[in-house]
Amino acid sequence: MRRTFAIADVLPIALVVAVCVCALAFISAPIWLNLTIAGVSVGLMIFLMASGLTLIFGLMDVLNFAHAGLITLAGYVTASVYAAMPGWVSSNDLSTNVLIVLAAAAASMLVAGALGYVIERIIVRPVYGNHLKQILATTGVLIIIQQLAIAIWGADLLHVSQPTELKKAVTFGTFFVENYRLLICAVGLAQFVAMIWALERSHLGLLIRAAVEDRESVESMGYEVKYLFVGVFAAGSAMAGLGGALWAIYQEVIFPEAGLQVMIMVFSVIIIGGLGSVLGCFVASILLGLIMNYVGFLVPSAVVACGFLLLLFVLVWRPHGFYPVVRR
Amino acid sequence: MKRLISYDLPANAWIAALVAAIVLILAVLPLTTPSIRSVNMAAKIIVFIPLAASFILLIGYTGIVSFAHTVFFGIGGYGLALGLLNSDASVSGMLTGLMLGVALSAVFGLIIALLSLRIRAIYFAMVTLVAALVTSQLASRLTWLTGGQDGVSFDIPDALSPGVRYWTVPFSDVPVTGKVLLYYALFAIAALSFLAMLRIVNSPFGRVLQAIRENEFRASALGYPTTWYKAVSSILAAVFATIAGGLYAAWLGYVGPGSTLSLNVLTDILLIIVIGGSGSLYGAILGAVVIIVSENYLQSLIELLIPVSIAKSPAGTLLSGDRWLLWLGVLYVVAIYLVPEGIVGMTRSGGRPGDRRAIPGPNHSR
Repeated sequence: MRRTFAIADVLPIALVVAVCVCALAFISAPIWLNLTIAGVSVGLMIFLMASGLTLIFGLMDVLNFAHAGLITLAGYVTASVYAAMPGWVSSNDLSTNVLIVLAAAAASMLVAGALGYVIERIIVRPVYGNHLKQILATTGVLIIIQQLAIAIWGADLLHVSQPTELKKAVTFGTFFVENYRLLICAVGLAQFVAMIWALERSHLGLLIRAAVEDRESVESMGYEVKYLFVGVFAAGSAMAGLGGALWAIYQEVIFPEAGLQVMIMVFSVIIIGGLGSVLGCFVASILLGLIMNYVGFLVPSAVVACGFLLLLFVLVWRPHGFYPVVRR
Repeated sequence: MKRLISYDLPANAWIAALVAAIVLILAVLPLTTPSIRSVNMAAKIIVFIPLAASFILLIGYTGIVSFAHTVFFGIGGYGLALGLLNSDASVSGMLTGLMLGVALSAVFGLIIALLSLRIRAIYFAMVTLVAALVTSQLASRLTWLTGGQDGVSFDIPDALSPGVRYWTVPFSDVPVTGKVLLYYALFAIAALSFLAMLRIVNSPFGRVLQAIRENEFRASALGYPTTWYKAVSSILAAVFATIAGGLYAAWLGYVGPGSTLSLNVLTDILLIIVIGGSGSLYGAILGAVVIIVSENYLQSLIELLIPVSIAKSPAGTLLSGDRWLLWLGVLYVVAIYLVPEGIVGMTRSGGRPGDRRAIPGPNHSR
C-alpha cells in the first residue's frame, strides 16, 4: 500500500525529536543519553501492552476494557511459570534466563489468547456496534477476571524477579543499558514490524482490512468473516498477554490492580496515537516513555500527571489523535 | 404528593410499592434497631442513591458516558473534610468546604462537558476513565493536601457526633444520638437531591436532554442549543455527585482515596445502574439497595448455602463466601444482556415505545 506522506504525518515524529532536544537543554548529556535509551525501552514496553487494544479497536470497532484484566492475568501466569521452573531464573546462564522469560511470555499469550477467544464468543459478539454496551460488559469481565485471579493466586503481592543475567547492564563508557531493556526493545520492535507487515502486506491482513470496509463482499467471496474477527480478537488478547508478562518481569511484582494502573498509560497512548492506528500507537508510546523518563528525572512527583497532561494537549491539538484511522 | 415527585411515578405498581417500602424502611431504621452494621449499610444506601441518580441523569438521560464521576464524589468528600479540619469542626466550616467543593466540581464538570463536545463519545469514555485513575493516584500522592493513601480523618460538629445523646425511643429503647441526627440530615439532603433530579428530568429541560440522547442532530435541527444543554446536564450531575461525596465523608468521619476515588466506587455505581436500570431515576434506588445489601450480606449468604467442606476444596474456592464480588460481576454481565433495562425496566410496560431502550446505544452503530 503506497501512501503519500503529508506534512501532518511527519509532525508527530518531529514532536518526539523536539521533546528529546528540549530535554537536552535541562539535563547534562551523559544522563540525557541514558534517560533517552531507558525512555525508548519503556515506550516499547507500553507499546507491547497497548498494541493489542488498538488493533482490536481499529479492525473491529470494539473497545475492550477487560484488556487490563488480561495484562494482570499474564503477570500471574508468569509467576506460575516461574514457580514451575525455579532454577532457571537464578541461573547464571544467559540463554536459560532468556528462555524462562520467553516461556513465561508464551504461556501468558496462550492463556490470554484463549480467554480473548472466549470473551469474543460470549461477551462481545452480541454487542457489535454498540459502544456503551461493550464498555459496560467488558468492565464486568474485568471485575470477573480480577476476582478469578484473586481466587487462584491470592490478593497479596507476588514477586517476579528479573533473571540474573538480564539484570546486568551493558556499559559503553558513561552510558549503560540493562540486558532486560535490550530484550524488551528487540521484542517490541519485532512486534511492531510484524504487525505492520501482517496488516499491510500479507493476504490475511488484506482480507481483514477488506472485511472491515465491507463485510458482505468478503463473505460473498467465500470467507467466513466471523472466524477472521475472532482470530483478530484472540491475537490482540495474546498481545496483551505478551505485554503483561514482560511488564510484570520489568516491575518484578504482580498484584490484582496491576493491570489497571497500567491502563493510564495504555489508554493515553492509544488515544494519542489515534484509536486503531498501530503506527500512531508506536509513536505515542515512545513519546510517552521518553516524557515520563525526563519528567521523572526532573520533577519525580509529576510523573503520574504527565501522561494525562500530554493526552489533553494532544486532544486539543488533534482531537482524533496523531494518525486517525477510519472516521466511523 | 404527586407534585412532589414531579408526576413521575414508577411505571409499574409493584415497583412503586417496592420503592415506597424501601424509603419507609430507610426512614425508620435507626429508630428501630441498635445494630451499627445495618445503620451503616442504610447510610451508604442513602448516599449512593443520589450518586447513582446523578450518573443516570448523565448516562441514561443525556447519553454522555463519563467515568469521571468518582472525581466529583471525591471532591465533595475532601471539600467537606478540609472545611471541617480548618474550622475546628464547626457546621459553617463544613458547609463552606462542601460549597467550595461544589463550585470546583461545577468548573470541572464544565471542562469535561466542553471536552466531550470536541472528541468522539468513545474517546470521551476513555479520557474520563484515565482522568479518574489519575485523580485517584494524585490524591494518594499529594500528601500535604489529602493525607495521601491514609486519607483524612476529622471530627464532625459536636451536635452530630455519636457521643451526644438526645432522647430514647420508647418502644425499641434505641438511643437517639448525634449520629442518628446525622443519619436524618443525610436522609433529608439525599431525598431533596433525588426529588430535585426527578424535577429536572421531567421538566422541559429534561425532555430536551432525552431528545439529545435519542438523536443529537435532530435535536439541534429543532433549534435547541445542544451544546448548552449537554454542558448544563454535565454540571448538574457533577454538583449532585459532589453533594453525595460530602454526605459520605460526613457519615464516615473520614475521607480517603479508597472510599471515594478508587475504581471500586465506580464499579459500585456501574453495578447499581445496570442492575437497577438506567432508564429511570428510580433505578438508582432499587440498584443501590440490591448492590449494597449484597455487598454486606452476599458473603454470609454464600457461606450459608455452600458447605464449608466444598468451599475449602481446591475446586470449590470459587464457591466460597470470599468470592462474592466474582458472582456479583457475573450477575452484572448477565444483567446487561438479559435485562438491559434493569429491575425498573423489567416490568415497565405500556406507555411510550421510545422508552424501550434503557441504556441508549450511541447512534453511530455501523
